[in-house]
Amino acid sequence: MVGLVVVSHSAKAAEGIVEVAAEMGGETAIEAAGGDDGEIGTDVDRISDALAAADDGDGVVVLVDLGSAVMNAEVAIEMHDGEAVIADAPVLEGAVNAAVAATDPKATLESVVEQAEAAADISKT
Amino acid sequence: MSGDAAAVVAAVEAVADRIQAEREHLTDLDSAIGDADHGGNMARGWAEAADTVAELDDPDVQTVVKTAGKTVLSEVGGASGPLYGGSLVFASQELEGGLTPETAVAFAETYLEKVQDRGDASVGDQTMVDALTPAVHTFKKSVETDDLPVLEAFAKAVAAAEIGVQFTVPIRASKGRASYLGWRSVGHQDPGATSTLYIMEELLETAADELDSEVPDVDASSPTIPDAEAAEN
Repeated sequence: MVGLVVVSHSAKAAEGIVEVAAEMGGETAIEAAGGDDGEIGTDVDRISDALAAADDGDGVVVLVDLGSAVMNAEVAIEMHDGEAVIADAPVLEGAVNAAVAATDPKATLESVVEQAEAAADISKT
Repeated sequence: MSGDAAAVVAAVEAVADRIQAEREHLTDLDSAIGDADHGGNMARGWAEAADTVAELDDPDVQTVVKTAGKTVLSEVGGASGPLYGGSLVFASQELEGGLTPETAVAFAETYLEKVQDRGDASVGDQTMVDALTPAVHTFKKSVETDDLPVLEAFAKAVAAAEIGVQFTVPIRASKGRASYLGWRSVGHQDPGATSTLYIMEELLETAADELDSEVPDVDASSPTIPDAEAAEN
């Protein structure tokens, strides 16, 4: 099934978002790739490892926070031996939507990305 | 190892030494408008890159550049890893046939395109693109149109990059962490443009050493006046 990777500048934020999403995501593989050697930042090797761990062959949807998270995720995807796509979505809401979408037996990489990106329209008030 | 590959290994080492020497200066620039990690991250990454390329067994030019890029990508982290290292890895494909004035122009153009694309930045955003763009344009024109010797073309490119670095001072940041500061970023020299200039200066010094020449004392202006008829074609 489609896997997920959550990339954040903070290791705690990435792990926390994975925790929230996993509660809704059943068997979905969700990997956290947060921080850079214990500091705030993002690290391409960490993201590469997370992509490899989340990909069972059906591809990976990547949720990102800011700036270098996007760049490092792009580079890691270019080097990844498989399919992976960055969702243009808010990182937490996108992760939750994607985790749920991935549990659909008919889910594809495209359908999971679409559901993640639909999170941009979630209204809070 | 070919003489060119050995020269590129020497250039990576020269870059590592220069970035180490400028480490505090880069960090000071970055602490004004960023997160004060540019000097340290770059120094660590390039030192590792210099060590790694020195250990390669009989590499060609492309392998040296690609390996240096991969090491910077992996060691520098943050946005600088993909911007400096990732772009080197990508642009190294242009050096498959070795190092000539033509492949150097192709490499420079591909590197600039990758940086612009990866960072989604254009001239005037107060980023390294402001130093790279005038340098690459001047290098290309000097080689392809003005037929200047490659060392002189490169010296002009470095002079152009200096102007680009100065240009980052009076403009407002629109990309990178400094952009969160809005108008407060005005009046500050961009650390990425600055380190990009240092890297180019070291490449130029190394190239001059390899050619047993002095670094040409030139400015960025072209020696030729455009031919109006030729320009129409």
